[in-house]
Amino acid sequence: MIRFANVYKEYPRTGMALNDVSFQVARGEFAFLTGPSGSGKSTILKLVYMDEMPTRGAVWVGGTKAPGARRSAIPQLRRKLGVVFQDFRLLDDRTVEQNVAFALEVVDTPREKIGSKVSRLLTRVGLASKATNYPRELSGGEQQRVAIARALVNDPFVLIADEPTGNLDDRATRGVFQLLKDINTSGTAVIMATHNLELVRRNEFRVLEVNRGQLVFDSSEGLRHPDARTPEANVPGQAL
Amino acid sequence: MRLALRETVLAFRRAPLLSVLGVTTIAFSLFAFGLFSLVALNIRTALRNVEEKVEVRAFLADNAPGDSVAKLMEELGQRKDVQRVEYIDAQQALERARAEMGEFKDVFEAGFLPASLDIRLRDGFRDPKAVLVVADYVRTMSYVEDVRYGADWIEKLYRIRNIAAATGVVLGIAFAAVAIIIISASIRMTVLARSREIGIMRLVGATDAFVRRPFLLDGFAKGVLGGMLALVFTWAAHTIVSKNFLQTDFFPASLAAVGVAAGAFLGTAVSAFSVRRHLKRLH
Repeated sequence: MIRFANVYKEYPRTGMALNDVSFQVARGEFAFLTGPSGSGKSTILKLVYMDEMPTRGAVWVGGTKAPGARRSAIPQLRRKLGVVFQDFRLLDDRTVEQNVAFALEVVDTPREKIGSKVSRLLTRVGLASKATNYPRELSGGEQQRVAIARALVNDPFVLIADEPTGNLDDRATRGVFQLLKDINTSGTAVIMATHNLELVRRNEFRVLEVNRGQLVFDSSEGLRHPDARTPEANVPGQAL
Repeated sequence: MRLALRETVLAFRRAPLLSVLGVTTIAFSLFAFGLFSLVALNIRTALRNVEEKVEVRAFLADNAPGDSVAKLMEELGQRKDVQRVEYIDAQQALERARAEMGEFKDVFEAGFLPASLDIRLRDGFRDPKAVLVVADYVRTMSYVEDVRYGADWIEKLYRIRNIAAATGVVLGIAFAAVAIIIISASIRMTVLARSREIGIMRLVGATDAFVRRPFLLDGFAKGVLGGMLALVFTWAAHTIVSKNFLQTDFFPASLAAVGVAAGAFLGTAVSAFSVRRHLKRLH
């Protein structure tokens, strides 16, 4: 479903961000992407939703290959993906339901279907009662739930989450993570970049660790890189 | 399209200050260009009025028979550079000279001035070279004793005309460039202010064309409103000048419509360019 084959990514100003990265994520899988800041986690995610193109190597996401994908194929791919960020990226001047509906409107969803779908999604993320609130009236955890609802509008086959709990307290983190697990249980793959090693350690999901642009650990394959260390995060523990 | 229209209206309502700023920026840029164009138009009209007075006067011999004069007039009238030929007899010449000379009218006596053919030239044949061609031709005709056309005066008139035309083109380009730069900056501000929205639209799978649409509409609406406002300002300035200083011409309706259309085109084109650049940067 998602495959990285010997991917290199080099930025003109900052240099090599990814160095010969290869891995696959299967349909319905949950994978943590860990590593220190600047290690290349966000670059990997950007390559998945094709906001960036590999300098060398190839990335396949649901049948679309980069490089080589037509420009017009990228919006079509993104309609099958969901993406959430640490900073939520909500439109502050729109209500919760308008934020979610916006994602449906831009892909030309018939108007009569939008209302019911938004209401169903808000119920799913536990925010039905806050439909008419503005993002500034919500807590961080609630804002992230809105972002998740928006990411789910097109029934994506994979949800890409870039530090989704980075701005949240423990309680909100638990709530949002439980929601991600529920989404995964219903069949959507989740790739979650995180710094929260505690979260990783307590859940028995696959772990991909990147360091200095290299994939140094993949829990599905064991130790791969000579410089790699076994992450503390890879110790299965009690689920949150 | 309906969503694009709604987003455009919402963008005006959500950021009224930015929208008003955008419209007034376009309006004042086009107003400055409009004022300049109005001045250029009036200078051109004034020069054209003077140019229309360019003529070649052929003084005829006293013994020129009427049918020969008629033949001369017919021959001249067939030339492509001649607009019309008028016969002025000695009496008319005297009256005209007296009328033109005002307080010195008494110096002219009857029979002092000869009859003449006043040859008006067509538009495009009133420059010094073309006038000389006609004058030289007329000089060779029978019964023509002398030819006058105010050579120095035409030279000076055309020098002024050329300076006005060159200044007009240079200043026109400069004003247009300033207007385009200011309008670009204003619309670019709108695009940047909504860059978060653009990012989200693309993230959820909106095509580039879809992202572009509300911005094109926004630029078009601002261009039309700015163009109309500029037209009102220019008209007000024209009215004030005409009432208090000197009577001036205003743009004909077709040219005014072209001005508003130019605003609309500029707004749309600059929006398209700004969003395109922004989208390219995001990819």
